[in-house]
Amino acid sequence: MQPILEAIDVRKAYAQHVALDGVSLAIPEGSIFGLLGPNGAGKTSLIRIITQITAADEGEIRFRGQKLNPEHIAQIGYLPEERGLYKKMKVGEQLLYLARLRGLSRADATERIKNWLTRFDIKPWAEKNVEDLSKGMQQKVQFIATVLHEPSLIILDEPFSGFDPINANLIKDEILELRQRGATIIFSTHRMESVEEMCDSIALINRSRKVLDGTVTDIRDAFKTQTYVVEGKGRLMVVHPDFEVLEHKERENGFFQDRIRLHAGTTPNDLLRYLIGNVEVHAFREQIPSINEIFIRRVRETMPETLVELEENHR
Amino acid sequence: MESKFWLVAQREYLTRVRKKSFLILTLLVPLLFAGFGVFIAKIASSDNEEIDVVRVLDASPDRIGSRLEATPRLQFIPLQGTLEQAKKDYRKTDDAGLLYLPPTLTAQQPQGIQLYAKGNVSLRKQSAVENALDKVLAEEKMRGAGISQEKLDALRSSVDVASINLDETGQEKSSNALATSGISYALALLIYMFIFIYGVQIMRGVGEEKSSRIMEVMLSSVKPFQLMMGKIVGIAAVGLTQFLLWGVLSWGAATLVAPLVLDKLNKDMPTATTTTAPSSTATTEGTAATTGDKNTRFDNQMGTMTTKPGGMFQVLGDLPLGTILFGFVAYFLGGYLLYGALFGAIGAAVDDQTDTQQFMFPITMPLILSYIIGVSVILRNPDGPVAFWMSMIPFTSPIAMVIRLPFGVPAWQLALSLGLLIVGFVGTVWVAARIYRVGVLMYGKKITYRELSKWMFYKG
Repeated sequence: MQPILEAIDVRKAYAQHVALDGVSLAIPEGSIFGLLGPNGAGKTSLIRIITQITAADEGEIRFRGQKLNPEHIAQIGYLPEERGLYKKMKVGEQLLYLARLRGLSRADATERIKNWLTRFDIKPWAEKNVEDLSKGMQQKVQFIATVLHEPSLIILDEPFSGFDPINANLIKDEILELRQRGATIIFSTHRMESVEEMCDSIALINRSRKVLDGTVTDIRDAFKTQTYVVEGKGRLMVVHPDFEVLEHKERENGFFQDRIRLHAGTTPNDLLRYLIGNVEVHAFREQIPSINEIFIRRVRETMPETLVELEENHR
Repeated sequence: MESKFWLVAQREYLTRVRKKSFLILTLLVPLLFAGFGVFIAKIASSDNEEIDVVRVLDASPDRIGSRLEATPRLQFIPLQGTLEQAKKDYRKTDDAGLLYLPPTLTAQQPQGIQLYAKGNVSLRKQSAVENALDKVLAEEKMRGAGISQEKLDALRSSVDVASINLDETGQEKSSNALATSGISYALALLIYMFIFIYGVQIMRGVGEEKSSRIMEVMLSSVKPFQLMMGKIVGIAAVGLTQFLLWGVLSWGAATLVAPLVLDKLNKDMPTATTTTAPSSTATTEGTAATTGDKNTRFDNQMGTMTTKPGGMFQVLGDLPLGTILFGFVAYFLGGYLLYGALFGAIGAAVDDQTDTQQFMFPITMPLILSYIIGVSVILRNPDGPVAFWMSMIPFTSPIAMVIRLPFGVPAWQLALSLGLLIVGFVGTVWVAARIYRVGVLMYGKKITYRELSKWMFYKG
């Protein structure tokens, strides 16, 4: 299937630094795509190129195979990290204005605004100025403004920062619903754990370069370490030729929790068989690396000099 | 693309026009203007139109007092009785003075004449009375020398000096320097005020967009240039609406309210209306002039400064009205666009409204200077070198040139100045758009001129 958006060797430099250095991506149509990396990695720069706020110095962006051009604006919805609305403008008028700027007709926009406001329970507020709304309601309005023109590509920069938990869940449900209807969604965030369970594919960006991309499943498979977590009761052998105990925790009354890595050629069933013969097994599960762990591992391999700042950033 | 620009302009216009402050300002200013006009009219009439009434106790053997001639500003009321009684009566009145002509007075011996007044007699009043007396006494002497009444009448003349402007082509124009200056001044003030008031609004508008963080949402739909120009045009429309409403309302106030106010005013000024001195035709003429002309004069004072109502229209007819109107509109729009773009750029460059000061200064400087120098130097010498150069530089020409227009400007100068203005505003709009494009998404950075100059050369 043709990707909805492709970035081909995109480069962008500002006066003092290089924001994007030869970044290439392909975002599959109908997926939820995570654009992940620490603050300052270049995510927002890439997004601003996709939304045509700025242009790339080199390289090209293709939207459904076409070179990106102003006609694509109507097909892209963008929720920037910096949220904002005209404070002294009525909610209804503001949504109408933003929708018309995205190419919607007055009649279509009015109809859809009505639907969305009803859906989000803020219809009575349509005639209120934005500044009179609570923060939560403003966030809903902002989200409506992003998706009102039914874009096929929705870009959400740090989507859940600034949203309270209730609204964050509401937005998550809406996003899944939009994907159901065929929209492609890009999440851009430095908090990888907040989106990893929603994403189908991701790209990891560090220091203006892409360090890794692919589907979440593929990436996880590639970074699996054959490590299993075992919980149970009894005494476990510390040394064994087929596997290695990475971590051993003694609990009260003979309970334990171990992390065990299999050596090459050993299957989980071999380990299980061994365990059953020696201890009482309560839990047995594969330890799957989080995207954050994968990211740090990948950075350690490819650009170790940035590790320190990465950890500071994450903290 | 084009329609987005109009959407932006429309929003800028509608949100501003529907504000309460717009309504209040729209209603308040004409009222202030009307009040101001009435105030001026009152000052003017109490200063110029007041008629001095002088009581005359004539004891002279030749009845010189009865031959004193009234002027539009001076009336004489003859009295009977003693000097003591006359002084006593005079104290009870508002009249300007009491003139006593003693029994010893003859044309040959003009001595012993006394003018009593409350407080000091102004030089103007005294000389007016002396002139009137002089005339009578001179006639008396001439009659004594054997000159007949017919000859005397024939000798009389009323002198009125009209100043005539001889222009290069040799055509004669009646010129009224004060009225022409008044028009120049009013046009310059209008442009100056408009640029300032609405230029600052552009700056604030951009600042608000920046601080409310809506810029990024906007820029993903609209090009920065469209956003900036939409705002500038939208706010210009707000300003034009406001000025138009002010004009209409001021005119309405002037025609509806002014007569009522002036009626009351007239009742407050008994000297002007209640004097019904006998035997003086000039008196009634004078009164008619004050009441009848007042309305027209008041209208004129609303718009410009003027001296004589009749002369005003005469002067208007002689001015190059077509050129003035065309020039005014051209410089008005050109100047507003030029400065508006720069104000917009400032709004985009700074985060904090308080930081605007350092950038405001170099932009408002030429504007303020052209106004100050305009109403002083250029108004006095509209064809001098200062006037010429200032009306060529695009930053000062919008004000400098409209001041010169009513005095007549050579066509080549006007064409050159307009050409330069167009080059100037295209240039500033280009510069402003570049600053704007980079500035609107730049937060938390202390902006310097160095920084700004770098922004010019940033790529898309």
